[in-house]
Amino acid sequence: MTDTHYDRAPGDATTLPDVEQGTSSGVLVYTIGLALAVVLTAMSFWVANTSLLWVGGISLGLTVLAIAQMGVHLVFFLHVTTGPDNTNNVMALAFGVLIVTLVVVGSLLIMADLNEGMMPAELMNLHLQH
Amino acid sequence: MNVNVAVMDDIRPETQLVFSEAGPAPKRIVVGYGFWIFLLSDIVMFAALFAAYAVLAHATAGGPSGAQLFNQFNVAIETGCLLASSYTCGLMSLAVGSQRRLRTYLAAAITFALGAAFLTLELREFAGMIATGATPQRSAFLSAFFTLVGCHGLHVTVGLIWLAVMMAQVAVKGFRATVERRLLCFSLFWHALDIIWVWLFTVVYLMGVIS
Repeated sequence: MTDTHYDRAPGDATTLPDVEQGTSSGVLVYTIGLALAVVLTAMSFWVANTSLLWVGGISLGLTVLAIAQMGVHLVFFLHVTTGPDNTNNVMALAFGVLIVTLVVVGSLLIMADLNEGMMPAELMNLHLQH
Repeated sequence: MNVNVAVMDDIRPETQLVFSEAGPAPKRIVVGYGFWIFLLSDIVMFAALFAAYAVLAHATAGGPSGAQLFNQFNVAIETGCLLASSYTCGLMSLAVGSQRRLRTYLAAAITFALGAAFLTLELREFAGMIATGATPQRSAFLSAFFTLVGCHGLHVTVGLIWLAVMMAQVAVKGFRATVERRLLCFSLFWHALDIIWVWLFTVVYLMGVIS
């Protein structure tokens, strides 16, 4: 039965027996993930507080850093890979990302459009909304 | 449930069992995949709350704005607590994988302590905001804020209870297959909470302070 190849459960590290035996390589993976996440988090806080960067680009920069850190968490903590035994996990994740993007971007676009197109000028100020 | 579809490409067919002969996937894979689907649906729910917050972030109704309320130092410590607890949770799943009881208890205790520290800081922040009149009823911005951040805090609370229950199960039942599957699901849950927090501190706290 050694030739039977199943998918990998989400969150499970590689099923290679030599890697499974020693936990030291597993610790290394988590430690690399932690180090990268700490660096990215520190960068996010620095970007939000520095006056060296162009203000208009800060939101975009923070979004990119958050996406990068999400990638770090997925790869190093949740062990999502591009391997063939992970296809179902990745497909489910891709569907989740699609729905999340549709909900968030769609809501923001529609509400921005409504605010811009349907309100008289004196009510444009969102601060008047309750 | 056929979850072993895509492994044929890189393995020579003659060394490979036909899938119908391989039988259903082990329960650990089925359970883990099912919980993965649940987590993704949970993240979709958070996306709706995020969308509501992003739309209402400037609707302060003359009340306090995010830049006036948020304390970045507090948020940085909360982020550090949750990130470190995610790391120790990973170490715990390694200890579970090699069935080492003492290491499992130790890693779980540190994870629990860091999660509890996160929750304490968050509740203190909420209490401080409410004491200054920034209650959920004050403005649409604050309603959205308390819903989004409070929902994440509620998830962390549930995770802490779950972790305590799992440690009791390890103590009573030992590392049997059912307990190991539940621990796999717990670590998935805890890591997913950290991913949500990454978006939370970016969108709510950091972007709230700059605008």
